Amino acid sequence: MAASSNAQGYRVIGTRPVRHDGVDKVTGRAKYGADYSFPGMLFGKVLRSPYAHANIKSIKVDKAAALPGVKAVITASDLPALPDKMEQAGEMAINMNQLSANILARGKVLYDGHAVAAVAATSPHIAEEALRLIEVAYEVLPPVMSVEEAMKPGAPILLPGLRNKDEGPDKQTNVATHLQFKRGDLNEGFKGADYVVEREFKTAMVHQGYIEPHNAVGIYNPDGHATIYCSTQGSFVVRSLSAAVLGMPEGNIKVVPAEIGGGFGGKTTIYLEPLSVMLSKKTGHPVKLTMTRAEVLRATGPTSGSTVRCKMGCAKDGKLVAAQIWMAYEAGGFPGSPVGAGAMTIVAPYNIPHLLVDAYDVVVNRPKTAAYRAPGASNAAMASETVIDELADKCGIDPCDFRIMNGAKEGTPQTAGPPYRRIGFIETVEAIKSSPHYKSKLEGRNRGRGVASGFWFNVGLQSSAIVNIHTDGTASLVIGSVDIGGTRAAQAMIAAEVLGLDVNDVRPLVTDTDSIGHTDVTGGSRTAFATGWAVYEAAQDAVLQLKERAARLWEKKPEEIGFDNGQFTAQGDGVKPMTVKELAGRLARTGGPISGRATVNARGVGPAFATTLVDVEVDPDTGKVEILRATVAQDVGKAIHPSYVEGQMQGGTAQGIGWALNEEYFYDDKGILRNSALLDYRMPTCLDLPLIETCIVEVPTPGHPIGIRGVGEVSIVPPPAAVANAIAHAVGVRMTELPMSPPRLLKALLGKRGSTETQAAAAGR
Amino acid sequence: MAKKVVVEATINGEQTEFLCEPRQSLLEALRDILELTGSKEGCLTGDCGACTVIVDGRPLCSCLMLGVEAQGKTIETVEGLAQPDSLHVLQQKFLEHASLQCGICTPGFLMSAKALLDHNLKPTEGEIRYALAGNLCRCTGYDKIVRAVADAAQTLASGKGRGGRLGSGPSASEQTERFLQGQEVK
Amino acid sequence: MHAINYESPKSVDDAVKLLAAHGEQARPLCGGTDLIIQLRAGVRRPEYVVDVKNIREMRRIEFSMQHGLRLGAAVPCIEVYENGDMHKYYPGLTEAAHLIGSLQIQSRASVGGNLCNGSPAADTTPALIALGAKCRVVGPGGERLVPVEDFCIAPGRTVLQPAELLVEFQIPSPARNSSDAYLRFIPRNEMDIAVVGVGASVTLDLNDDRISEARVALAAVGPTPIFAREASQALAGKRINDEAIERAAQLAIAATSPIDDMRGTAEFRRHVTGVLTRRTLAKAIERARSAQTSR
Repeated sequence: MAASSNAQGYRVIGTRPVRHDGVDKVTGRAKYGADYSFPGMLFGKVLRSPYAHANIKSIKVDKAAALPGVKAVITASDLPALPDKMEQAGEMAINMNQLSANILARGKVLYDGHAVAAVAATSPHIAEEALRLIEVAYEVLPPVMSVEEAMKPGAPILLPGLRNKDEGPDKQTNVATHLQFKRGDLNEGFKGADYVVEREFKTAMVHQGYIEPHNAVGIYNPDGHATIYCSTQGSFVVRSLSAAVLGMPEGNIKVVPAEIGGGFGGKTTIYLEPLSVMLSKKTGHPVKLTMTRAEVLRATGPTSGSTVRCKMGCAKDGKLVAAQIWMAYEAGGFPGSPVGAGAMTIVAPYNIPHLLVDAYDVVVNRPKTAAYRAPGASNAAMASETVIDELADKCGIDPCDFRIMNGAKEGTPQTAGPPYRRIGFIETVEAIKSSPHYKSKLEGRNRGRGVASGFWFNVGLQSSAIVNIHTDGTASLVIGSVDIGGTRAAQAMIAAEVLGLDVNDVRPLVTDTDSIGHTDVTGGSRTAFATGWAVYEAAQDAVLQLKERAARLWEKKPEEIGFDNGQFTAQGDGVKPMTVKELAGRLARTGGPISGRATVNARGVGPAFATTLVDVEVDPDTGKVEILRATVAQDVGKAIHPSYVEGQMQGGTAQGIGWALNEEYFYDDKGILRNSALLDYRMPTCLDLPLIETCIVEVPTPGHPIGIRGVGEVSIVPPPAAVANAIAHAVGVRMTELPMSPPRLLKALLGKRGSTETQAAAAGR
Repeated sequence: MAKKVVVEATINGEQTEFLCEPRQSLLEALRDILELTGSKEGCLTGDCGACTVIVDGRPLCSCLMLGVEAQGKTIETVEGLAQPDSLHVLQQKFLEHASLQCGICTPGFLMSAKALLDHNLKPTEGEIRYALAGNLCRCTGYDKIVRAVADAAQTLASGKGRGGRLGSGPSASEQTERFLQGQEVK
Repeated sequence: MHAINYESPKSVDDAVKLLAAHGEQARPLCGGTDLIIQLRAGVRRPEYVVDVKNIREMRRIEFSMQHGLRLGAAVPCIEVYENGDMHKYYPGLTEAAHLIGSLQIQSRASVGGNLCNGSPAADTTPALIALGAKCRVVGPGGERLVPVEDFCIAPGRTVLQPAELLVEFQIPSPARNSSDAYLRFIPRNEMDIAVVGVGASVTLDLNDDRISEARVALAAVGPTPIFAREASQALAGKRINDEAIERAAQLAIAATSPIDDMRGTAEFRRHVTGVLTRRTLAKAIERARSAQTSR
């Protein structure tokens, strides 16, 4: 594990202090959304569609409302009808009308589990029993479950009003968008190719798998103001989206973010929050809603299953010349898959002169997809990174060297947007090549080693920060970025660094939407980058004000005050250097309290690259894959707290391995989800993974005061392809479907053996 | 509707009495009635371990036990691990090794790890992983969790750090033995 | 969950009386790892839940070389695993109990409950069948003994009549030079329901290096757990060699009627039945060979 270099001479940044919220989290004191309780609180539950595709003919709630203990029942008719309106939430754009319909169905249900009504009662058990008494009459329609089915002429139409540019204003369609990206001349490109590999890939729908289900407690006051306590990645998103869905002024809603038990993008939108407020409004009580795991899997936002056709060509010497991609992603019941991101990331690590990408966003009768850690990129990389592996094989070039040879660097064009500025892709491949893992020999039958790389844009967006200097010389740091993985500690470290304080003398607080300025989601790998920038500037603002106070005390001009190593200094006799602690005790006399503040709309975000190396062993008789060893190298710009940076790298790798091997949604032919429990939605357990080695690469993001590059997402992009490549090297089969579960792999193995035997037999004649 | 039942149990070393409906799970009793919200609900099917508590010395999923079944039992939850002025060595190691990111799975892991270390102070990596296989973590990839548990085992085995069993009381096998011999267990 | 009443009888008689009094409205509760999930899902809605864990007779593990094993139906898997006699004399059944779920599940789930749930995929069932175990069932009309292989009649359904209770398993004393083994295939390394499970017990004639007797049983490859009768009989009297094992594996495959589901395809299950039958027999044989020195 490489510790981050402290060439810049950082005192705090790059160290590994115990996180400030740590004790609360290991003692069970930390409050997550479901832990909140209020006097008179009621419990809500949601009734969900048992059909994948149906018109709602009628909903009768009187029996449910009459059950003793039930205090309110609501349906979509209790929410305002919203005009079509696009809104940014995290990294996804949302249509407000459709968002509301996803929260409570309007006239039509579009997936198994689609919310239809909600109940508030004095106990969760009574609320559940009440659901059984709600009578919904459905007109069942044929379900459309795959992009192929949805794109066929004559396919049942999910959204009668949906149109796309290609098919024109009069054609009903299930294709919401067709995007195209071009560079150079494809035909010219392939003409220059000595080797061409073309394959079609299918990936299954998978879920973020956060351990904490969604929750919300809504408290509506008679004065028209409401407070929502919930686990979310973005309290400001909850506020603006809930206000829109409820038809309330945004300023009338305060969102208090609870601690959050995982999100990975899936908690950057809303499901229960408006329901909790509406039920509170109708009952006059606080109302808590929590989802069961079955609801989470059925009715939140997994990421798209997809079909990706990838054709790439290279010259004999290994230079990539052309790439042509056709990709269709499942959007779920409403448009908005991450196919655009998939299109822009698919060959992003490489310098390819000729490129054509056609990307389709397709609605199907599955839950509306939401962001999942570098949304869209892992599907795409499964295709491109395995095709590249085959090309490298054909050229007889080591797959790492192949990537270095073709690697994007400063000035290389991107698929969309300006050319890359300073990036660290090639450095990640070189880090893998220098790793103990790469240098070790892999021996044994049915064992193979595979490598793959990945790219993610990361985002900047808006953050606010306040640094309060207390009279004892400690500081409190107020931010709006929810802490999903240790960011609170990293923010405190940045502030401590700037202020010259011990990291434990800075107390970070994550606060509600009234107590801090607008802050965008904890997602998009932006928290250390953008909120860190705001914290840095806020701390600098505090230092500036402190300098003015020192100046006052020393009767100097502020420009004459220096601040270094935690000490304020000035030229002149009788001026003794002062620490922040010493100065803080004299604030009242010099003008009053000091709060530093800053807001950013962070520009110049630096994209992230990761390269992952995996060793596998395949049981040739059962198709089971064991991950023997895994190493991930990632460019993080500057690791603020290396332990939590390593944690992000390891976590994304583990999710990617689950995606590669066993995770998938199973729907039956009626469109009903068969595996809505964690028994059969198979995420890796502790026994399924080895220790995960990490190489932190630091190529600073130009323009950022600390050089930070977002770290949270990209590590999930390479693993499925890395595992597929390892399997290919272990047993000689190229898998083109995810997950590479034992039945699929065994089938491929037996097929290969069968054809080998047939070939041998034919040769023997 | 079934009447509520009075249940007496020893929870984190304290004699406790609570009232619950038979349909409420032990997890609900802990969280909603006793306000011990440290144990978490993740799946309600025994697949994630976020609700793991130790009952009569054995780790189990409190979502798959009825509250009324707690009668006469000794229960340990995450809230009972720390002393007023010091953490259990497992808690300390989890913090030092950065073994938590979102922290929702942490209470369950701590209890499973404690159950392991209460019986085995020299677990191999494989034994640690097996003992924790019933606890899902989606954030960490388990690497730093396994390291923390191994470090905690070493620390306890060498006599440093506070670990050990909460309160006094017979072990799980002793309890079963007594029960089978017709002795009253608490 | 709907409202339930909780009863905790202290004897088999009291339990049977309760079950008889409430009929379909009562369900025995043991580890709860199946029942509580079913109650929550609304799949079962009995008014009474009858906890059988406080019935001493159902919590015993009693072994003697003369009488063999009496394993209470309510003994949790972890107690099976912690029992020295179980390890020594019935290692296959013991390893099956230690494979179920997680340690948390094993603290609660019982071998009896596992069988009564009637799943064809239950891990301990093939191990019990391989040992020739019998179920002692007690009802209002008296007692009966049911061979484990006859206990399950369809997915989720058993031969238990209303008010009958599975009280214990009776397992013969292990013969000389015999042992058992259980292996299963799951996609992960823990927590999964068996996609294929194979339990085998063998008795060897060491003078002649033959299998004198064998029993092979299968999980998750048919609507009920399967006693692979032909495969078992085909091994009797055979020399221990690849051919005999292979023949047994093919006959085991022939005994299956697997389905495609989200855990595996029928094709996969058939293939893996063969693979695991070979591996399980090899393990049981190896154990039986060393059994004489270890007991």
